[in-house]
Amino acid sequence: MTVLDAIDRKIVAATESGLPLVAEPYADVARAVGIGADEVMARFRALLEGGAIRRLGAIPNHYALGYKANGMSVWDVDDAQVDEVGRRIGALDFVSHCYRRPRHAPLWPYNLFAMVHDASREAVLAKVETIAALVGSAARAHEVLFSTRILKKTGLRLGSA
Amino acid sequence: MDDVDRKIVNALQGGFPVSPRPFAEAGAALGLSEDELIARLRRLTTSGALSRFGPLWNAERMGGAVTLAAMAVPRERFDEVAAIVNAKPEVAHNYERAHALNMWFVVSVEDPRRIGGVLSEIKAATGIEVYDFPKLAEYFLELKLAA
Repeated sequence: MTVLDAIDRKIVAATESGLPLVAEPYADVARAVGIGADEVMARFRALLEGGAIRRLGAIPNHYALGYKANGMSVWDVDDAQVDEVGRRIGALDFVSHCYRRPRHAPLWPYNLFAMVHDASREAVLAKVETIAALVGSAARAHEVLFSTRILKKTGLRLGSA
Repeated sequence: MDDVDRKIVNALQGGFPVSPRPFAEAGAALGLSEDELIARLRRLTTSGALSRFGPLWNAERMGGAVTLAAMAVPRERFDEVAAIVNAKPEVAHNYERAHALNMWFVVSVEDPRRIGGVLSEIKAATGIEVYDFPKLAEYFLELKLAA
């Protein structure tokens, strides 16, 4: 857990839409925040170390890159095996996110969520079959939920509190 | 988008240097000059291939909390309910999905105690059950583009 102070929050605000694409981006951020470039870099390192910054670099737009179909594959995996199965699914290069989440029985028996992106629904379904083969009998059932519409999409916003 | 662009996207989804001239450093590893890497990243962000270039913040590690929630919304009320859900500033993403649970949204808050409040406010405003799917474990990898 990283507690952000007022300067960290200014850094978040200054980089919300990304780092400046200039030769000395941290110096640019430093000018915007009103501190030195060395301090900005020290804070970036600390935020990376503490996990407040998950990754630093290119954040791809799957849809624009041609991955027009987005299927949320959901799996009912025995609780004793779910972490092992999750790690195997998460290691697949076509799975962008893989999470364990609670079931809501009887409506929702699934406890493992793996997001699969590809050019078409057929291609997504073929990849889900690859996952099914990998998971084998550890999964009692699965489904794929395709997104049919993006209703809202925003970046991270922090208040000033 | 050419092979160099794909190489950039694949190589730079993490680990961008924190140093005075990071594009020169990252470019050297890719066989690109500082100017060319910057020019290509500008083009990739302008074209929308990249959502952005920079830090991917983790709200949970910043003291906040994130959850995934879902609702089974009757077809005839879908737009009305979407408007109520989307109006919440804490709702970051909202997707319509083909399932009985047909509305899936991400709630991101600075104060973890607000999660329950946001979900119950949505339930109260719509009269529809809101199912909470908090993340219990994460198994993660980056997007890799075929060369």
